[in-house]
Amino acid sequence: MIKFKAHKKLSSSTGPSQLDVAFELEQGKLLTIYGSSGAGKTTILRIIAGLTRAESGYVEANNEAWFNSAKNINLPAAKRSVGLVFQDFALFPNLTIRENLEFALQKGDDKKLLDELLELMELQQLQHMKPGILSGGQKQRVALARAIVRKPAILLLDEPLSALDDAMRYKLQDMIIKVHRNYKLTTILVSHHLPEIYRLSDEVICLEKGLIQKQGKPSVVFTEQKISGKFKVTGEIIEIIPADIVFIVSVLCANEIIKVVATASEVKELRTGQKVMVASKAFNPVIIKLGDS
Amino acid sequence: MIDWQPLLLTLKLSLITTAVLFFIAVPFAYWLAYSRFKIKAIFEAVVSLPLVLPPSVLGFYLLLAFSPANAFGKFLDHYFNVRLVFTFPGLVVASVLYSLPFMVHPIKSGLKNLSPSLKEAAYTLGKSRFTTLTRILLPNIRPALLTGIVLSFAHTIGEFGVVLMIGGNIPAETRVASLAIYDEVQAMNYHVANMYSLILFTFSFIILLAVYLFNHHFSKADPLQ
Repeated sequence: MIKFKAHKKLSSSTGPSQLDVAFELEQGKLLTIYGSSGAGKTTILRIIAGLTRAESGYVEANNEAWFNSAKNINLPAAKRSVGLVFQDFALFPNLTIRENLEFALQKGDDKKLLDELLELMELQQLQHMKPGILSGGQKQRVALARAIVRKPAILLLDEPLSALDDAMRYKLQDMIIKVHRNYKLTTILVSHHLPEIYRLSDEVICLEKGLIQKQGKPSVVFTEQKISGKFKVTGEIIEIIPADIVFIVSVLCANEIIKVVATASEVKELRTGQKVMVASKAFNPVIIKLGDS
Repeated sequence: MIDWQPLLLTLKLSLITTAVLFFIAVPFAYWLAYSRFKIKAIFEAVVSLPLVLPPSVLGFYLLLAFSPANAFGKFLDHYFNVRLVFTFPGLVVASVLYSLPFMVHPIKSGLKNLSPSLKEAAYTLGKSRFTTLTRILLPNIRPALLTGIVLSFAHTIGEFGVVLMIGGNIPAETRVASLAIYDEVQAMNYHVANMYSLILFTFSFIILLAVYLFNHHFSKADPLQ
């Protein structure tokens, strides 16, 4: 069980705001923190890891206090059982892939785990190379493997897949699910990619300007209750064009652009860049297999 | 035939100074690079002073400080039986101070240019500050370390004002090559002066060339640097 409560001043490009967040996370669950940049998502991870200090609040993992402003407890980062995957991967350029993982071993740890992780992440071929020459997806796998070597009480993933193309993203989502289950990890993921959040998370927190706006299962948080559509996808508006008396709204869902007709009053609430759901009630969608996938 | 003594003395002084400086400069540069203390600026200014002060100014004040007639020199003399004026250990202390910016600045900027997430990643993997420094930070600023070592070494070879003030040009004790050249010129022995100068010139050029070649090769070999 992870218990978190923090208060801290945030200063971002959109101006100063206050982070004021509290949540609890059960053992073995995957929580996603979703929100625009500057909302305080990374700050939450950094407070848990002990890299940033909150002005007040507490961080508790499996009944062990890591931070408690009232009791003046603040364990240094090295004493907290966390695995953090950084946005820029933070692989050590002077060490090979295997040495990067080895560095994370504590005294007395079994080295067998290294081989197991290298195999699980499909990194055996690369293990004696330096990180500099790896692709983004490969670096990501190394960073993930390295974060798990310590078998942390919490795995923290800071937008781990944002720099990857869709095929690689999908593969890495599989790997995150695999390690999360294999090692019975409690995981917190920062992401703003809706399909990813749906696929990976048990629970999601929507963060805006340092405050929790919504919290719950992804299917509940991201969809309005009033629609009971048979066919639903989420996406982002990329274009709104007037056509005669109606508007054509183009929505990017994963790789596909869906064009939807909307009336002038409906368009009033929409703008490009907004996250929306496209639902259809009148038709029965048909599933057709594509190639050998 | 020239007297090799001053050249050997210069070499010895430079090697010792560089070694001492390295172990002082690494923790100091680490502190300057990462500390959030406001008074840090004072230390940064002090470290950089030898860059702008005439060496004779530094030498003059060190001479006063080390003199057994004054408080600090008397203290050293009385309690440790150490005399730094006109002795080789005195030359080392003066050279360390004089070459401090040449070692501290490259290491400090090397550390500052590293992504902070490298340090943080090592902490989250359960490593102490010391392990992080020796296993992650220092190996990843090798070019900066090499630059610091070589610049300090070369700079100590080229010292004149400070060693003259504090060392006093005593043969086999404090007469380094740069002083020997001056002496030979004074004595109109242009040939010997030329020999010393040529050796220093060639030696300095070769070390600098080696550093630039190495750093060039290093930055090519490792795209992250």
